[in-house]
Amino acid sequence: MTTEQPALTSPPPEKLSGKRTRRQIGAVTTFLVTLFLTFLGLLAITFFIGRVIPIDPVLAVVGDRATQAQYDAAKIAMGLDQPLYMQFVTYVGNVFTGNLGMSVSTGRAVADDLSRFFPATFEMATLGILIGVAIGVPLGVTAAARQGSWLDQAIRVVGLLGYSVPAFWLGLVGLAIFYARLRWVGGPGRLDIFYDGLVTPITGMILIDSLVQGEIDIFWNAVWHIVLPASVLGFFSLAYIARMTRSFMLDQLSQEFVTTARVKGVPERIVIWRHAFNPIRVPLITVIGLSYAGLLEGSVMIETVFSWPGIGNYLTTALLNADMNAVLGSTLVIGAVFIVINKVSDVLYRVLDPRAR
Amino acid sequence: MTTRDWLLADSPTSRWQANAGRAYRVFTALLRNPLSVLGGVIILVLLLTALFAPWIAPFSPTGQNLSQRLLPPSGVNWMGTDELGRDIFSRVVWGSQITLTIVLLVALISAPLGLLIGAISGYFGGWVDRVLMGFTDIFLSLPKLILALAFVAALGPGINNAIIAIAITSWPAYARIARAETLTIRNAEYISAVQLAGGGPIRVIVQHILPLCTSSMIVRVTLDMAGVILTAAGLGFIGLGAQPPLPEWGAMISRGRTFILDQWWVATMPGFAIIIVSLGFCFLGDGLRDVLDPKSEGKS
Repeated sequence: MTTEQPALTSPPPEKLSGKRTRRQIGAVTTFLVTLFLTFLGLLAITFFIGRVIPIDPVLAVVGDRATQAQYDAAKIAMGLDQPLYMQFVTYVGNVFTGNLGMSVSTGRAVADDLSRFFPATFEMATLGILIGVAIGVPLGVTAAARQGSWLDQAIRVVGLLGYSVPAFWLGLVGLAIFYARLRWVGGPGRLDIFYDGLVTPITGMILIDSLVQGEIDIFWNAVWHIVLPASVLGFFSLAYIARMTRSFMLDQLSQEFVTTARVKGVPERIVIWRHAFNPIRVPLITVIGLSYAGLLEGSVMIETVFSWPGIGNYLTTALLNADMNAVLGSTLVIGAVFIVINKVSDVLYRVLDPRAR
Repeated sequence: MTTRDWLLADSPTSRWQANAGRAYRVFTALLRNPLSVLGGVIILVLLLTALFAPWIAPFSPTGQNLSQRLLPPSGVNWMGTDELGRDIFSRVVWGSQITLTIVLLVALISAPLGLLIGAISGYFGGWVDRVLMGFTDIFLSLPKLILALAFVAALGPGINNAIIAIAITSWPAYARIARAETLTIRNAEYISAVQLAGGGPIRVIVQHILPLCTSSMIVRVTLDMAGVILTAAGLGFIGLGAQPPLPEWGAMISRGRTFILDQWWVATMPGFAIIIVSLGFCFLGDGLRDVLDPKSEGKS
């Protein structure tokens, strides 16, 4: 990496900053190139899935009720008479200009559908990650501070449950208990039926739109509906975040500076939250980023269970109707968001951690 | 000389004795951790249930009896009956065969594939390494479940295609591990000795590099099995995995979805089976990691 200059021969400051700027430009270029290559890889995979695997891609797009004329028109429109590499180039060009094809089941452009459904997923996943961070981080810190206690064991089991409970099952059980029995939360969907369509979509996120338009009743109704799916989703990020926080904290608590602080008589609360917790904030950002990306994936199952009109629900509906354009469009969008979050949390780590600079 | 002395001998006289001794040491170390014992017992019960399903299940998994539909759990039907009057307990027992098949086939396809790609990449280095690892990294940076869903959508629903899709999405992690292991041993002197004696790349990789990757591989595969079970159940739940009337646990939960508000047991019971088996693999994997690969703790 960087070589330390001896203090006496160090170059003048402006030259140093010039060097650093060049290095930063270099880093940004490498970052953009890898990002681009990863996107191209994602496109290659979706292209492979959509055009190479199906025995008859035309049939997969138009559906089996199409007439021969429609079939022939679609075949030429899809450019299937071209060689494979030309088809790929056209495909990449289409995707970069926002053309993802038409959806057979909704009859609209896939790109339009996705932009309408995305806010609902975003709203739920964001609430989920907030729940996961707000509960998971304190749990992980507590578990590490009392290593070996019953609390630590309990948190460990919660962490493993996050790896072994099916998300759709937890959603169903949550509905059976908190909606059907206890009536604490709303049922499937984003709002009760009689509130449907009363809020004009601005951001597409009902919690925000209803507040902006001063519809407090609708806001609380939306909260009532989103609490359960967001908590189920939050449970999975909570389990992962708590597990990783615990392991980071254990590393720190065994360091010598922590022992020194304790010997000096620093209160335990300050040792834990200042001396040990401060250094792990940066790796935690990466963990939170990864888990946020994972929630987008988890939301596919949760949305199916809760009839939540987001991308996940759109994807599963398209899967069952063999609506390939919609399937590949959703895969692309979820994959792209996943890649961007991954890379951004990686970059944040490098920017914030002085050792990785 | 007792069997134990023979197993723990300091200077084993045959390769077989050395291997048996190592297996014995791993086994006794595992026995000291109660959670990994529990995990091992769960996996053993799964194996026995799958093998002896016809004798364990009190009823037929597919036989319908509409007069007995949607009965709550009782002494006769331990987990109640579903909407076609089939005994849920019997279906869960038979379902263990499907789960075990999926888990075994995914492991048998993806682990050797990843192992081979990683070992080739690490052994040859250079542009081979760059191309193969670039490919691996692209797969690694994509969401697994979504990718599996898209593959099944193209291949068509069904249990075989679900297995293929899950295997396609799980090999990259193994390739990464195998490459890292290969890099640490590639320049070892015994490898140079084999090369000087005329051993070609195939012989070096297959006979001298792959065997050394197995222990970290076993740990990783065991830990991943919970995820494989969840993905397979998820595909079944959406309707793209095992098709009815196969008693696949995820598909059973999906059928019970309609009745979740009144007949909770239809959807809930198969879920417990999934959780217990996944937890079993997690416990066993954690224990195996502590014994075989203690350095990797905390890495995801």
